[in-house]
Amino acid sequence: MIPRSTYQRMLGWIGRITLICIVAFLILPAAVVTIAAFNDKPILSFPPQTWSWRWFARALAYDDFRHGFFNGLIVTAWSSTIALFVGAMFAFAIDRYRFPFKSLIEGILVSPLVIPHFTVGLGFLILAAQVGLSRGFAVVVACHVVLVLPFVLRSIYVSLKNLDQSYELAAASLGATPFRVLTTITVPLLLPGLVSGWLFAAILSFNEFTASLFVTSQRTQTLPVAMYNYVREFADPSMAALSVMYIAGTAALIAFATSFLGLGKVLNIEQTH
Amino acid sequence: MQAIPTIEQNEAAVRFDAVTKRFDDVVALNAVSLDVQTGEFLTLLGPSGCGKTTLLKLAAGFLGPDAGAISINGRRVNELPTYQRGIGMMFQNYALFPHMSVADNVAYGLKTRRVPKPERQQRVAEVLALVKLTGMERRMPRQLSGGQQQRVALARALVINPTVLLLDEPFSALDKSLRTSMQVELREIQRKLGLTTIFVTHDQSEALSLSDRVAVMSEGRIRQLGSPVDVYRAPTDQFVATFVGDNNKLRGRLLSVGDSDAVIELGSAQIKVPSERLAKLEKSAPVDLFVRPEQFCVVSANEPSAMTGHVVAQIYQGGHVDLQIECPGASRDRLLVRSAGDQAVVRWPMGATVGVSIQPGGCAAFPAE
Ligand SMILES: Nc1ncnc2c1ncn2[C@@H]1O[C@H](COP(=O)(O)OP(=O)(O)O)[C@@H](O)[C@H]1O
Ligand SMILES: [Mg+2]
Repeated sequence: MIPRSTYQRMLGWIGRITLICIVAFLILPAAVVTIAAFNDKPILSFPPQTWSWRWFARALAYDDFRHGFFNGLIVTAWSSTIALFVGAMFAFAIDRYRFPFKSLIEGILVSPLVIPHFTVGLGFLILAAQVGLSRGFAVVVACHVVLVLPFVLRSIYVSLKNLDQSYELAAASLGATPFRVLTTITVPLLLPGLVSGWLFAAILSFNEFTASLFVTSQRTQTLPVAMYNYVREFADPSMAALSVMYIAGTAALIAFATSFLGLGKVLNIEQTH
Repeated sequence: MQAIPTIEQNEAAVRFDAVTKRFDDVVALNAVSLDVQTGEFLTLLGPSGCGKTTLLKLAAGFLGPDAGAISINGRRVNELPTYQRGIGMMFQNYALFPHMSVADNVAYGLKTRRVPKPERQQRVAEVLALVKLTGMERRMPRQLSGGQQQRVALARALVINPTVLLLDEPFSALDKSLRTSMQVELREIQRKLGLTTIFVTHDQSEALSLSDRVAVMSEGRIRQLGSPVDVYRAPTDQFVATFVGDNNKLRGRLLSVGDSDAVIELGSAQIKVPSERLAKLEKSAPVDLFVRPEQFCVVSANEPSAMTGHVVAQIYQGGHVDLQIECPGASRDRLLVRSAGDQAVVRWPMGATVGVSIQPGGCAAFPAE
């Protein structure tokens, strides 16, 4: 028989190697793209023979990308903020009240999880044409709200479920009106859930491509759409450079949220109380 | 014509009038009527699920009754929302706001009442002194021990000068020594402030030691309302007799019923009990006799009119000794016999054959179930 300690050490090593393999596999695409971004030649090849930063400069200077970036910010800010309010209201209603067709409404609210994005995009496109709306920001924002709402709803709903109702009852017993309870107790205690919900919505919205392809126009195209239009014409490493900046930006955002609120709370993996 | 409001003579601080509360099929409270007098410490005592918390929540306005009326200081509050009731409530898990300091927690109820800042600070300081937490103002709830959190919760409820203080099993999470000192402290503060208090517990010894009056509840009803001595000495039914304090249940026969007393035959012994619950019974009907452990007397085995048994367990408790005595002639269960002092340890060892007699007075009897 193998002594227990040797056996355990073996298990430990196998575990560690497995872990390293999984992590490597997860970061492999990002790593490949990052390396490809520094290729000096105007082709997407791997590994590069000569190195340069020039595709970063090109990506930053390219007009469509710049517009796409700022359009994306506008759409993301509006859609995730609207989704936050709508989602919070629905999460409250579902958590606190009983009403007819509750489960049906719940089902509809999370249905964008099973409906393909292109269906949602196509739907909004037809709808916008029908009511005579031009393909402006309103349509894009509305479309994104529908797409990110389930995630926001879920995030806030989980936080609400974890929120001990006795805090709110205690505040009411101390003379706080329902509005005061909401502003001084409920919202502050839900803040991590609200922030994480908003953050996920923002990241999803900013990255959304399929539905955006249908509902954006030349004037309102978001960054992923601009990137798609770019690769249809060119195949140089500026795409890869852009990807690297994308990753760095998102990582910075999450790191920021983490250090201010604690990763556990932002990712909602920890019970708040 | 407008009705002239009548002023009741002995106005209760909190009045429940035939209050019923259902949850789907469960009847949590069944036509409960209860008057809580101003300044009194009243305890709702009963096993888990009997409706104590529900009654408290109705007083607080967290729930509304399905039938009946609730009034506070003579004013009907059925439709009044919680925040207008002026109650102080202490929760089982304390429910201290985790994002506020001790001082902010305590000041919360004063801020909602728009008390100006200087007065607010002064009252917070006073109440923190009252619960012995001076110097803890800046701490966050998570930096406090369980007992300290409890005091903050109490201070937060007291600082608003509530019309009634509601406490739902506040001490159940504390260890025994801390619980006892908190009980004493709560009672002292309550007396000092003359605060009307409704206290919920399932712990009968806590109820007996703290209360002015105890309402014993079972299955959504109040079974008995009275002083701790009343419910201990003169239970009104078998449930109260079994639930409050230790008790021995013996099967006897009714010998005779008089106006105030009845005589019950138990083996060769005859025991006098109050007759009010036995009035309807025929002679020689079976009755259940309840005898407290301290009402038994252990005597030598050959004593006439004593029941014979033998000691099967000895539980030394310091100030007294609990003996478990098997007494086949009197009861299928072991008798619990309490003997003051500690002579019993030596005098009545395990396996000894002994006689058990009952001291006159203080037994309760009910028609056999
Ligand atoms: N919100 C609720 N929904 C359904 N049933 C409830 C609810 N609250 C209490 N009950 C039921 O009402 C009864 C009394 O409960 P409760 O007042 O909490 O008892 P206690 O506090 O004495 O343990 C129990 O049978 C309980 O299951
Ligand atoms: Mg309870």
